[in-house]
Amino acid sequence: MSFPFFHYEFLQNAFLTGIMIGLLAPVLGVFIVVRRQSLIADALSHITLAGIAANLMLGRSSGFFQGLNPLYMGMAFSVGGAIGIEQLRKVYKHYEELAIPIIMSAGIGLSVIFISLANGFNTDLFNYLFGSVLAVKKSDVWTVFFILLLVFAFVLFLYKELFVLSFDEEQAAVSGIKGKWIQFLFIIMVALVIASSMKIVGILLVSALMTLPVAASLRIANGFKQTFVLSVIFGETAVILGLISSYYLNLAPGGTIVMLSVLILLLSLSWKKWRARKPILSE
Amino acid sequence: MSKHDNTAAVKIENISFHYGDRYVLDRINFEIPNGAFMGIVGPNGSGKSTLIKCILGLLKPQSGKVSFFGIPLSRFKNWGEVGYVSQKANSFNTAFPATVYEVVSMGLFGKVGLFRFLTKKHKQKILEAIETVGMTNFIHRNIGELSGGQQQRVFIARALVSDPRLLILDEPTVGVDAASVSNFYEMLKSLNEEKGLTLLLVTHDVGVMSDYVTHVACLNKQLHFHGNTKEFKEISKEGFSQMYGHHVHVLEHHH
Repeated sequence: MSFPFFHYEFLQNAFLTGIMIGLLAPVLGVFIVVRRQSLIADALSHITLAGIAANLMLGRSSGFFQGLNPLYMGMAFSVGGAIGIEQLRKVYKHYEELAIPIIMSAGIGLSVIFISLANGFNTDLFNYLFGSVLAVKKSDVWTVFFILLLVFAFVLFLYKELFVLSFDEEQAAVSGIKGKWIQFLFIIMVALVIASSMKIVGILLVSALMTLPVAASLRIANGFKQTFVLSVIFGETAVILGLISSYYLNLAPGGTIVMLSVLILLLSLSWKKWRARKPILSE
Repeated sequence: MSKHDNTAAVKIENISFHYGDRYVLDRINFEIPNGAFMGIVGPNGSGKSTLIKCILGLLKPQSGKVSFFGIPLSRFKNWGEVGYVSQKANSFNTAFPATVYEVVSMGLFGKVGLFRFLTKKHKQKILEAIETVGMTNFIHRNIGELSGGQQQRVFIARALVSDPRLLILDEPTVGVDAASVSNFYEMLKSLNEEKGLTLLLVTHDVGVMSDYVTHVACLNKQLHFHGNTKEFKEISKEGFSQMYGHHVHVLEHHH
């Protein structure tokens, strides 16, 4: 059987990037979800759009920006937005979630301005909004690979600290763990992963890949490590099956991946119900 | 009281904490001898939690000093020696996906340090701490599936796993059913007597606690009484309830 994924470079690129993102997004997603910050991914993806729109706009007048991968500008904006969220959370200590709509609307506002200055929508922008496997370049693969290494090292070496900070910040403080800079690094990692997931699933769907696999595994996992493992398995399943089926069925890959995540979530919900009917689990 | 040695486990000197003109803590002085089981009682809003947070360095009092084992708080680094069990009923996310084992392991993270992993020895410690609080049968259960009393035992295990010399508990029996409360105090008492652990317990519940502790203090912005349990019981026959009631009244006036 000849598998087209090994013949076309664009499919290889999309596949490699997809596999890396299927790992990255749920791993950070676990921490985001248990901290009840699920909407952060949405806020950061919209500010990333502003960065990409800015690059497309500048690309019209400057050769430098035209040659630049818009992903980098998107990442810069995303990291900026992440820092903004952290600062706003300090200002509004008792309304921490307020930071999210502020950054989100700023992101959309900026995007609309930049898009209009760049004379409206073009295919490039459309690809970023909804994802396009055709648009994944070799340089994207390497960028995402570098981010994968970075996030992997970050989570591996700071796993203990991230875990205890998510569970109980006060306890972390009492055991002498310095939470501030870990939280800061964490949100920067989130910003980078969001920016790098965009070409595959698109800005409007990025947060789904961070939260849906986690939502599904929370229903059935026992403990934190299991939640991790299941989230990654669900994320990878959705990405790999989504890419393959979207190719054969000629569907939009981003939407297919997200709908597969929804399907996995529904399956995990019904599995939980089915298990609950067995008398062993009742209290 | 043979377990007491010279340096106090905790020494509080002249701590005051206020928001503007409103004093929450007013010149608090006391010390907890090594090996003591000290209970601090006070009505709601008497500054108990604020005092605990000042002791732990989570809040900075406007004046006064705290020291652990003779070392001032600002220079104190051995946080593994101080275990803390907070008033969990309101604050922790019961849907958090963590097993009993994972929750207890968190107690070692500060001690193990950055960029390091748990060793076999640490894992043994975790199992021992879970055994001490009698939760071995629940080791792989999610923390949210347990009852309030069981959860509180797990949090004690988490505090014990780093081999602390001092354990500080803030209203640990809130959300624990009445039948489990005396079991819980029995467990604390045996930790104090058998392991020589110094305990500081803060609660609004005068009744049960006074049967188990060795020292008592009453807090209502100021520390009103400070002595061993025997003296406390004599006073409490007449004067104490009156004093307690009186200060509750004063407090209401401020709100």
